[in-house]
Amino acid sequence: MTTSVLRAFRNSGTPGWTLAAILVAAIVVSPVVALIAIASEGSGDLWPQLIAYVLPSAAINTAILLLGVGLLTAVIGVGTAWLVATAEFPGRRFFDWALLLPLAIPTYILAYAYLDIVHPLGPIQSGLRWLFGLSDPRALRFPEIRSMGGVIFLLGFVLYPYVYLAARASFLMQSATALEAARTLGAGRFEILFRVALPLARPAIVIGITLALLEALNDIGATEFLGVRTLTISIYSTWLNRSSLPGAAQISLFMLALVTVLFLVERWARRHQRFTGSGRRTQPPAPAELRGVSALGAIVACALPLAIGFLIPFAYLADQAIRKLAASGVSLMVWRETINTLLYAGIATFVTMFVGLVVAYALRADKSGLASPASRIASIGYAIPGTVLAVGLLWPLASFDNAVDAAFRQWFGFSTGLLISGSGAALVLAYAIRFLAMSINGIEAGYAKISENIDHAARSLGEGSFGTLRKIHLPMLRPALGAAAILIFVDCMKELPATLMLRPFGVETLATHIYAEAVRGTYEDGSVAAILIVLAGLIPVIMLARVSRPAITPSTIST
Amino acid sequence: MHRLLPSLALIAAVTASTLAPLPAQAQGEVNVYTTREPKLIQPLFDQFTKSTGVKVNAIFVEKGMAERVAAEGANSPADIMMAVDVGTVLDGVSRGVTQSVQSPALNAAIPAHLRDKDGHWFALSLRARLFYVSKDVKEKTLTYADLANPKWKGKVCIRSGLHPYNTALTAAYIQHYGAAKAEEWLKGVKANLARKPTGGDREVARDILAGTCDIGVGNSYYIGLMRGGSNEDQKKWGAAINVILPTFPGGGTHVNISGASVAKNAPNKANAIKLLEFLVSPEAQASYAKVNYEYPVRAGAQIDPLIAALGPLKTDQIDLTAIAKNRKQAAELIEKVGFDQ
Repeated sequence: MTTSVLRAFRNSGTPGWTLAAILVAAIVVSPVVALIAIASEGSGDLWPQLIAYVLPSAAINTAILLLGVGLLTAVIGVGTAWLVATAEFPGRRFFDWALLLPLAIPTYILAYAYLDIVHPLGPIQSGLRWLFGLSDPRALRFPEIRSMGGVIFLLGFVLYPYVYLAARASFLMQSATALEAARTLGAGRFEILFRVALPLARPAIVIGITLALLEALNDIGATEFLGVRTLTISIYSTWLNRSSLPGAAQISLFMLALVTVLFLVERWARRHQRFTGSGRRTQPPAPAELRGVSALGAIVACALPLAIGFLIPFAYLADQAIRKLAASGVSLMVWRETINTLLYAGIATFVTMFVGLVVAYALRADKSGLASPASRIASIGYAIPGTVLAVGLLWPLASFDNAVDAAFRQWFGFSTGLLISGSGAALVLAYAIRFLAMSINGIEAGYAKISENIDHAARSLGEGSFGTLRKIHLPMLRPALGAAAILIFVDCMKELPATLMLRPFGVETLATHIYAEAVRGTYEDGSVAAILIVLAGLIPVIMLARVSRPAITPSTIST
Repeated sequence: MHRLLPSLALIAAVTASTLAPLPAQAQGEVNVYTTREPKLIQPLFDQFTKSTGVKVNAIFVEKGMAERVAAEGANSPADIMMAVDVGTVLDGVSRGVTQSVQSPALNAAIPAHLRDKDGHWFALSLRARLFYVSKDVKEKTLTYADLANPKWKGKVCIRSGLHPYNTALTAAYIQHYGAAKAEEWLKGVKANLARKPTGGDREVARDILAGTCDIGVGNSYYIGLMRGGSNEDQKKWGAAINVILPTFPGGGTHVNISGASVAKNAPNKANAIKLLEFLVSPEAQASYAKVNYEYPVRAGAQIDPLIAALGPLKTDQIDLTAIAKNRKQAAELIEKVGFDQ
C-alpha cells in the first residue's frame, strides 16, 4: 500500500507535493474565509466611527510599537549575536546559549512581573527610597511602565532572541573567506560587520525581526495590561462592546491586509537576492580576542539583555512561587495543567513540523509556480491574532462537527457530539495554523543553504523525491528542523488567546491558569504556574542553543 | 519514511486517547460557562455539590462566550452561562442562545427588576461602582459628575474605559444626563488621569497608596477582598483608602449585576435550574456576601460587615436594560474622546 503510494508520487514527479501544499494553504485560509463571511454579514455602519476615532490612533500606536520593537530587537539581537559569533571574551560560551533564555518567558508574564517590580511600592523603588532615607513614595518618581515606552522596552527585551537566533546562525555560517577577503582589502572590524557580514546575514535577520514583530502584533496580555491600545485590542473592544463580530472581523481583515502589504514589501525589497552556499562550511572565521575595556563592554552588552529579559523577572517569579509554595503547597491541578500544556504543545509541534516540511519541499521541487503562492498563503496564520483565528475557526469547525453529528444521528442512530471543536483537535489545529509560518520559514532558510546541485545529483543517481528528502535533505536540515520545532514548541506552550477560546471543556493549561489568576488580581497565586511554564520552556530553549549552532560537514550526511 | 510511520501511528493513538471529546451529558452534572473566573464562585459550587450530589463543571470563557455557545449549536455542552456585567448577560439573550425558564423559586427570591420577565436571565448578586480616595481627600460625599472636576487634574486612576464595568457606568451616565453631557464628562475625567487607564480596580487602591493618584473608581467587593483577604500587600492597599459611595441625580449609586441564563440547548436543563435556584437560596446568598463581598439579590440576606461599613447603599433606579441598551453608544463616546489613548 505505502510503496504503491510512494511509487505514484515518484512517477508523477513534483505535482503531488504541490497539491499537498495547496491543500495545506486551503486549510490555513479557511478561518480567513470564515472571517470574510462573518465580515460581509455586517453593514459598514461602524466604519465612520472607526475611521474617525478608533483606527487612526490604533494604527499609529501599532506602527510606533512595531517600529520600536523592531529597532530594539534588531540592535540587541544583531549586536549580541555579532559579539558571541565573532569575538572571544570571558563568559562568551555562557552567553552563547543564555541569551536565548528570554524566549521561555511569555510576554504577559513579563508584563505582570515588571509592573510589580518597578511599581513605586515594588522592590526597586522601595529599595532606593530606603537607600536615600525617603519615606514618601512621591519623593522619587520612575518613568511609568504603563506606557508605550514601557511596552516597547519590555517587548524588545523579551523578543530579541528571535533576531539573535537568526543573526547568530547566519554569522556562524558565513564563510571565513568572504570576511577574510574584506580584511585583506583593509576593512576594519566595524566595516566588515556593516559592509560584508550584515548584508550577507540580512535575509536571516529580516526573518528574525519579522517573527518578533508578529509576536508583538499578536500580544494582547502585555499591551492590554500596560494600557497601550493597538489594532489587536481594537478588534476585541469592537467585538465585545458593540456585540459586533462582523465589525471585529472587518478590522481583522484590515489588519491582515496591512501585514500582507508588509510581507510583500519585504519580499520585493530582496527580490533579486538569492544566497546559497555549497552545503559545506569553510573554516569559521577566527574569533577576535577582546581584552580589557572592550571585553568588559562585551560582557555588559550581553549581560544587560539577559538580566532584563530573563534573570530579573525569573528571580521575582521564583521568589513569589517559593512563598506561595511555603504558604499553601502545590495543588494537584497544576500538575495536570503542566501535562496538558506539554501534551498539546508536543502534538502541535509534530503536526506543524510535518506539514511545514511538506510545504517547504514542495516549494523547492515545484516547477509549476503554484507552490510559492501556496506557501505564502500557508504562512499567513502567524499574522492573525490568536483570538481572531479562534473565532474564524470556531464557526467552520462547529459547523463541520454539527454536520457530521447530524449525519451520524440520521444514518447510524448515534451522536458524535462535537468531534473536533469539543476535543483538543481544535486547539492543535489552531496552533498548527498559527505557527506554520515558523516551520516553513525555518525549513526554507535551511534549504537556502543546500545547493540545488545536490538535488540534481541525487536525482541523476536515481533517487526519487521521497528519497532525496529523506536521505539527503533531512540530515542536512536537521539543525533548521530542530530550531524551528523548539521555537514552535515553546510558542505553543506560551500561546494564550486561542487557547483561552478553543480549549475543550474541562481542560486547563498553565497559560490559561495564569491568565485566570491575573484576571482575579491574584498574580501571586499564579506564580507557581508561571514559574512552571518558564521552567518547561527552559530545557527546549537550551537545546535550541545547541542545535542552532551550525555544524554541517559532509560527514554528517548519511546515506 | 518507514521509520516515521510507527511513530506517526503512536502519536495518532496518543492523540485519540487523550483528546477524545468529553461526554457533555453525564448523570448528575451541570456545565457552566462563565466570563467570571470560576474559582471566585467555586465555594458556592462545592456547597451545591455537597447538598445535591450534582457535579459542577465550570469553564472560564472570558471573551466571546455567547459566540462560542452559538457556534457549538445543538451539541453545545453549556447548561448555564454566567457573566459579571448586565450587557454581557443580555448579549447572550440577544444572540438567541438562552432559553426561557419559569421557576417560582427564582421569581420569589429575585426582585422583578433584577430578572427578565420571560425568564431568559436572572441577577444573582449586585456590585456597586464606587470611588476609592486617599486619606488626604476631605470630601465625604461626591457625585459621579465630580470626577471630571479640574481640581482632580493628574490625580485620577481608573481601569480601561472600554472595560465592561466602565462602559456600563458611562451608559448609566448617558441615561441620566444625555450623550452630550456624558461626552463632556468623559473628556473631563480623561484630562484628570494620573496614568493610562488600565489594570484592574485593585490597582487603583495600590496606586493611591503609592501616591500616583488621589481618587479612583472601583467596585465594592474589592474593598472586602483587599481588606478581608489573606494577602498582606493587598491589606495595605485596602487600608490606604477611604471609600465614597458616589451618586447620580436622585441620590442613587450605580450598580451592576452578576447574572446567569440557561443555555438554549442545555443538555442538563433540570440540573441547571436546580443550580440557579440554589444560588439564590438564603444559604448561597449569604455566601455571595461573605465569600465574595457582593450585595445579595435576595431581600433580607445579610451583607458582609466590611461592606456594610461602607455605609448604606442606595441603588440608582434606572432600568438595567437601559444600561445594556446604551452600552454601544457609551463605547463610541469613550472611543471618541480617546479615553484609553
